[in-house]
Amino acid sequence: MTVVENNTGPAGPGGTNTASAVEATIPAASRAERFTGYDVEAFEVPGGREENWRFTPMKRLRGLHNGTAVADAKITVDVDAAPEVTVETVERGDERLGKGGVPSDRIAAQAYSSFTEATVLTVPTDTKASKPSLVRITGPGEGKIAYGHLQIRIEAFSNAAIVLDHVGSGTYADNVEFVVGEGAKLTVVSVQDWADDAVHVSEQHLSLGRDATLKHTVVTLGGDLVRVSPTARFTEAGGNVEMLGLYFADAGQHQEHRLFVDHAVPHCKSNVVYKGALQGNGAHSVWIGDVLIRAAAEGTETFELNRNLVLTEGARADSVPNLEIETGEIEGAGHASATGRFDDEQLFYLQSRGIDEQQARRLVVRGFFHEILTKIDVPEVRERLEAAIEAELEAVESAIA
Amino acid sequence: MTLNPPPTPHEPRPGRTTGTLEIKDLHASVVTDEGDKEILKGVNLTVKSGEIHAIMGPNGSGKSTLSYAIAGHPKYQVTSGEVLLDGENVLEMSVDERARAGLFLAMQYPVEVPGVSMSNFLRTAVTAVRGEAPKLRLWVKEVKEEMAKLEISGEFADRSVNEGFSGGEKKRHEILQLALLRPKFAILDETDSGLDVDALRVVSQGVNHVAQSTDAGVMLITHYTRILKHIHPDVVHVFADGKIVQSGGKDLADELEEHGYVKYAGKPEPASI
Repeated sequence: MTVVENNTGPAGPGGTNTASAVEATIPAASRAERFTGYDVEAFEVPGGREENWRFTPMKRLRGLHNGTAVADAKITVDVDAAPEVTVETVERGDERLGKGGVPSDRIAAQAYSSFTEATVLTVPTDTKASKPSLVRITGPGEGKIAYGHLQIRIEAFSNAAIVLDHVGSGTYADNVEFVVGEGAKLTVVSVQDWADDAVHVSEQHLSLGRDATLKHTVVTLGGDLVRVSPTARFTEAGGNVEMLGLYFADAGQHQEHRLFVDHAVPHCKSNVVYKGALQGNGAHSVWIGDVLIRAAAEGTETFELNRNLVLTEGARADSVPNLEIETGEIEGAGHASATGRFDDEQLFYLQSRGIDEQQARRLVVRGFFHEILTKIDVPEVRERLEAAIEAELEAVESAIA
Repeated sequence: MTLNPPPTPHEPRPGRTTGTLEIKDLHASVVTDEGDKEILKGVNLTVKSGEIHAIMGPNGSGKSTLSYAIAGHPKYQVTSGEVLLDGENVLEMSVDERARAGLFLAMQYPVEVPGVSMSNFLRTAVTAVRGEAPKLRLWVKEVKEEMAKLEISGEFADRSVNEGFSGGEKKRHEILQLALLRPKFAILDETDSGLDVDALRVVSQGVNHVAQSTDAGVMLITHYTRILKHIHPDVVHVFADGKIVQSGGKDLADELEEHGYVKYAGKPEPASI
């Protein structure tokens, strides 16, 4: 067994109003103990001090967490699916729903208790989808509240790519289930490209069957507050999950990604890479990476990494990797987390070759995200993200200028 | 070791305007958490196009600070003096403006830039310095030729800038940039450090080739006489305690080779290895 623990501290000097945190590796209570349930009333109303909520600005949740946010509108779901994929809109009583995972916080349970209809995409057994399927979710509108539910089913030995694109305004909470069958392969990219006012809280349940492969990429760019909690569970041995993330928080934005990988069965792999850039006053990113290797999960191999690049003063990145290991019979487990300011040495090096400061900054930030972008194997999405990052960088420049 | 005979006095090439890099009474401090500390204490030096000046000094004498101060590293604060490139004060320019004006610094510790490919970096730099993007077909050929001269394998073009490069690979790439950017004046900061015998030969040939073909002036900053077997300076300077304390020709390098820096550093410190 190899256990690698590599906690690198802040790369740059800490500023007065730029802070970063890399914290302890074991949470106060084991992730194994965390309560889950479908019924919102089974959860206490969080006050903000709980481990699960301590980084979230509760007031900006607009009541999603305490029952006061009552649905008064609907989201719009537009699906452009590959011809092999079945698309259904189902009632909340559909028995397939909820099989991919159980809500693990009050807002996820609120969403589960509140949605009226769900969208289900199914890729039948032994089928390769001929193109990526695009699911566009448009928010309920400014000042409106909605709850939703989405399930993506990739049946045994199938192969598909799905893009979830979140746009528009309003307050929205949902659960998304990815149920990946035996030997099946799913690539998913969830883009949170909300308008500035939007609040989105989402639990994404990743369920992997025997020898299933899932590449789950989260890209968060917009919104006032976005909190995405991807939870990966292996139902049988041989699963392989890759969880990638890219976020770019601007002034005033709160972007939170809380990951949980639950290794409960033997011989599964997980690899987590999240990278974020922050700029502007009050830009805040939170990354929590909980990995639990239960006693039965022999032969597990896991690694998780989070890197944050703080581009300006006044932005804050919190990064907390947690690794709990209940068996010694594993292949390897490790994590790394680092938050740094823009590296002046890189800037100097590039400028000393005649490249002006703006262009040098762009090169460095593009380079920072390069590792994630090259792994997004849906070309249309990759191109769009490259363009979005360019746009963010232009915003940085005007902020600095 | 004996050095090769002194080179013939420099004659400017026909058709090229001779340029001058003048460093006048340069004082500079390093910015630290404890406050500023003066490192350069009045450097005077004039380098003309086509000339190679070796600047040799013991550890901690401020040689690297001199190179960084000229290039404009933010950690170093010039407190007085001038650096004139063909009469223009480069100290008033930003780092990139200095490079575009014709200065080049080959760094002792080239910086890694993850995710930025060497080929993208080189093309971006050359476009900035030359003022226009080189034509793609000619560019590919030019880079290939220069890489071949420095015995750099083609796969490096796709790798991130300096990332995971060995010390020798980094130095070769510094000289590759020198060859492609064709500056008026190049400062080579301990380019010889960490190079094995083969790499030293290849890198030195690269420097000589650039110096001869472009008529660049070169400041060769080094601790050791070893590189002087391959690159023959017109002038040798001894740098100690923040300034040039002695200048001469080959004899001065021979003397350092034999006696080290004891006379300048106040304690024995060899200049040969």
